[in-house]
Amino acid sequence: MNSATPVVELKGITKRFPGVVANDSISFKLFKGEIHALLGENGAGKSTLMNIVFGLYQPDEGSIEINGEPVIIDNPNKAIDLGIGMVHQHFKLVEPFTVTENIILGMEPKKGSNLDTKTAAARIQELSEQYGLRVDPYAKIHDISVGMQQRVEILKTLYRGADILIFDEPTAVLTPQEITELMEIMRRLVAEGKSIILITHKLKEIMHISNTVTIIRRGKVIDTVKTSEASPSILAEKMVGRNVTFKVDKRAAAPGGNVLEVRDLFVKNKEGATVLNGLNLNVRAGEILGIAGVDGNGQTQLIEALTGLSKVESGSIRLNGKELANATPRQISESGIAHIPEDRHKHGLVLDFSMSENMVLETYYKEPYSKRGFLDYNAIKKQAQRLIQAFDVRTPSAETKARSLSGGNQQKAIIAREIDKNPDVLIAAQPTRGLDVGAIEFVQTQLIAQRDQGKAVLLISFELDEIINVSDRIAVIYEGQIVGEVLPEQTNDQELGLMMAGSTVAGGVRHE
Amino acid sequence: MSKILKLFSGSGAISIIAIVLGLIVGAVVMLIGGYEPLLAYKSLFSQVFGNTYDFGETLREITPLILTGFAFAFAARAGLFNIGGEGQFIVGMTAASVIGIKVHGLPIYIHAPLAVIAGGLFGGIWAALVGYLKAKRGVNEVITSIMLNWIALYLANFIVRHFLLMEGKQRSEDILPTASVSFPWLSDLMDSARIHWGMLIAVLCSVFFYYFMWKTKQGFELRAVGNNPNAAQYAGMNVGRNVVKAMFISGIFAGLAGAFQILGVFHYQSIMSGSPGTGFDGIAVGLIGMNNPFGILLGALLFGTLTYGSAGMSFGAGVPPELIRIVIGSIIFFIAAQGIVRGIIKPFYFKRKKEKVL
Amino acid sequence: MDWVTTLGQLMNTTLVFSTALIFAALGGIFSERSGVTNLGLEGFMMFGAFAAAVATYYAEDAGMGSAAPWIGLIAAIVLGVITSLIHAVASITFKADQTISGIVINFLAAGATLYFVKLIFDGNGETPLLTQVFNKVAIPGLSSIPIIGEGLFHNYPTTYIAIVLVFVAFYVLFKTPFGLRLRAVGEHPSAADTAGINVNRMRYIGVMISGALAALGGATVTLTTTSTFAHNTISGQGYIAIAAMIFGKWNPIGAFGAAAFFGLSQAVRTYVTLFSWSKDIPQEFIYMLPYLLTIIVLVAAVGRSAAPAALGQPYDPGKR
Repeated sequence: MNSATPVVELKGITKRFPGVVANDSISFKLFKGEIHALLGENGAGKSTLMNIVFGLYQPDEGSIEINGEPVIIDNPNKAIDLGIGMVHQHFKLVEPFTVTENIILGMEPKKGSNLDTKTAAARIQELSEQYGLRVDPYAKIHDISVGMQQRVEILKTLYRGADILIFDEPTAVLTPQEITELMEIMRRLVAEGKSIILITHKLKEIMHISNTVTIIRRGKVIDTVKTSEASPSILAEKMVGRNVTFKVDKRAAAPGGNVLEVRDLFVKNKEGATVLNGLNLNVRAGEILGIAGVDGNGQTQLIEALTGLSKVESGSIRLNGKELANATPRQISESGIAHIPEDRHKHGLVLDFSMSENMVLETYYKEPYSKRGFLDYNAIKKQAQRLIQAFDVRTPSAETKARSLSGGNQQKAIIAREIDKNPDVLIAAQPTRGLDVGAIEFVQTQLIAQRDQGKAVLLISFELDEIINVSDRIAVIYEGQIVGEVLPEQTNDQELGLMMAGSTVAGGVRHE
Repeated sequence: MSKILKLFSGSGAISIIAIVLGLIVGAVVMLIGGYEPLLAYKSLFSQVFGNTYDFGETLREITPLILTGFAFAFAARAGLFNIGGEGQFIVGMTAASVIGIKVHGLPIYIHAPLAVIAGGLFGGIWAALVGYLKAKRGVNEVITSIMLNWIALYLANFIVRHFLLMEGKQRSEDILPTASVSFPWLSDLMDSARIHWGMLIAVLCSVFFYYFMWKTKQGFELRAVGNNPNAAQYAGMNVGRNVVKAMFISGIFAGLAGAFQILGVFHYQSIMSGSPGTGFDGIAVGLIGMNNPFGILLGALLFGTLTYGSAGMSFGAGVPPELIRIVIGSIIFFIAAQGIVRGIIKPFYFKRKKEKVL
Repeated sequence: MDWVTTLGQLMNTTLVFSTALIFAALGGIFSERSGVTNLGLEGFMMFGAFAAAVATYYAEDAGMGSAAPWIGLIAAIVLGVITSLIHAVASITFKADQTISGIVINFLAAGATLYFVKLIFDGNGETPLLTQVFNKVAIPGLSSIPIIGEGLFHNYPTTYIAIVLVFVAFYVLFKTPFGLRLRAVGEHPSAADTAGINVNRMRYIGVMISGALAALGGATVTLTTTSTFAHNTISGQGYIAIAAMIFGKWNPIGAFGAAAFFGLSQAVRTYVTLFSWSKDIPQEFIYMLPYLLTIIVLVAAVGRSAAPAALGQPYDPGKR
């Protein structure tokens, strides 16, 4: 093998799913020692392509060469044998197992017929020192931080002797500081002779770390360029197919009085641990308050407490002065809080219900949808069709099951339903997760339009860019408290990142 | 009605193929045993349709199956696995017996309905207990209902032995004539086959089931809870209350089935050495009917015909009647493992309309 | 009657009643730890009880003497494995609802065992009474210890096997690579898949072990308690075994404890009649006791949290 032979070469890979061509004749080369970014929107086909390389899917057409040798990768074992390792976006870790057990799973060292965890732990220690991946071999996965979980994922691939590492959206769940640390790790891996494919839709990271970028749009390769010869705006245009700014168009906010006031809120999670520790916040009419924070600092419980899904231990939640702590979801909804849930499949929709039924999921019991206990399907359908039209939800009909719509259209439907309730407060939790740029713009525009109509909007997101671009005011949540407030035009990633990690030294105002 | 037909179009085909496959499995098992499958199936059907008495008795066999089938399916629509139809059936029997034997001096138009209602109500309460434990304590409904089946059995025996016993017999006294729901006029017409009003009510229950589940606000909630309890809670529905409600109504069906067996068929209650099995059979009926009320009518028709006819099969072709349970087990197997059925019929015509992903 | 003897006998009877439950509950654990719900334990027990009765009968006929019941045990394992494939094919390969698939097993077992009994034994609903069944074996030395000598060391060979298997199962599940993989598949199948483990194969193995163990449990009923197989030989033990598995938090040692508890409540039922005060308690309430206790225990100490995370979910690699 000479240095010009790519370590991975994909030739004309095509993969079809019912109704979609996920990968359309994709060709791609990864050379030794480089970080090659695969850039594309959500749904562009990046993950499908990498699942093919890792043996989870089979391509319908095309071939794969590793170090110049044609190979067929029909299961993950084959990929592992060929030195390919994948760090998945949603970590593939068994929660009740220890770090060591997770790493050795499938390649367990034995002593007699016993598991030899001692030898394994020693080997893991060795690897973790070589690559600077700090982990505790005996800790259980559910007790360690997200950052450490990711390092376990990386160690899993190294333990299996991977030379080619695929990182699938690795920064989605990390703080800015953890991202910096990850970048260091990636550099070190490359320095030790590994080659990396980085799947991402974040331009900043690509400019920062990659050597080469391949842009994919709607299953097709648009271009492959050297990072040094590219600029964020060119890449963005290639990714989306039109000129995009990623700047959200909005006028300055004209906030009114406090609409939602939360005081000294204490909430426990399902395991009984206190996750909200006396949280305070206000949302005013006509403003968007963004909550920034690392996943797991109490965001979920905050939303659940505000919407009546979790029990409040103590503290108060006032909507226009009316106490709503421990009210039922229905009382809260009727009092004027609408909620775009974090997980649209878990909470937002009944997937096996028709779009019509989903559109009245919270209002079915009211006139005109329900009369003397009986449903009026004509009225329900009329309402559904009105919302479908007004919010441009692409569905074959109002009778189509929610399950068969795309993520973006499902989200549009939920937003339509919630906004149509004409609430005083709109809670939007991760409203753009998993959506493509067009849908993201739509969602963000809707949030701003609500603000402009004088509603109070509470936005919870793990995407810092979204928080900074959309919010009028940012509150940072850490370990169940708001640890500081900043204004978007006066802050940056670094400052927010420090606050998200619990530091209050930065310019933020301590919220008492 | 077009909606009902639509409910059938996809799943109906699967049911029918599964039934055919189940009968084929039965035939193969008969061939292994050296029996003649065709003769056996022929004897089965001539047993059922041979004379009016047997036809009437087949209807008698079908009736409780319809109701226990509803009991399973109603809960299933709300996302609950009610394996406790058996216990609810027994409790319904016992409640009806108590009212039918112990309450005196009522006219028939009050006594009989009262006994029927008591059967349904107590069946419902027995099931609601399971729902309550699930809603409040998160106890898996499958396990509690199985345990309650046994408790119901022994409780029923206790009540019969201590309060209702006919001197020197392992059975209760007869219910009073005023509590009977038999239909003597039709029974006489059918050579005294035990025809009763419960048959009509069972069929009417299918209409109730359909309207309640798909046309009312409460049915909307039950289905939402059944499909996605998280979304139901998010949408302001009280998941726990719906779980209890679904189990209650489900238990009413099973309780009614038990009550009609006492009030319309036996007119007394025996001390049972083991569970009668009607509640378990309802699970099979519910599955064959794809948890659709009208599908269940057909499923019960099939199940009742096979069961009642199995005696004829044993008569005419020497086949042990247990064969029918193999047939029914196989039918459910093929319905549950739809992939097998789809694989078999795909080449011929099965084109499930896939809604386009947008 | 002195209390030392009574206590020893009570312990002994407890273990006799527990044996079948231990086997079946261990079986349930192997299936459910791999992520496959197994409501078919009852059916597998029936198949095992049936196979043991028939095979032992023919082994007796062939003049195998005291080896005959061992042949019966082997036959039970074989039939348990074969019939478990029905559950495996439906619920793993064809992604059927696992609860329903388990019920199918119970239906098929109830029908098929009696059908074949009638076929083989000329229409009789019961197998002929076996003469070669297991007898209680006293372990020399240990069996003379007061109370536990009678309680533990004077028992059927199958009971000893069951207790040994509890520890074997614990070792296999928690100390070997096989166990690690089996549990991984039940907790997070896609993690196991990406680690190169064949999820469906592990689940097949789990279900097959389950069928074998539950069938063994059924066989012990025939070969120690009833000496024959009839329609009521297995009546509900499989469901109690499920409760024991849940109560024991899917852990072999815990399930053993739970099975012993249910065994005890059955043993008490026979011993309580020895006391005069029990005359006032209707026998039905004594029969009810184990079931009532199960509910009370489940209500008091429940938590589905101990259940394998992916229990009941077919593995679909396309879904992430």
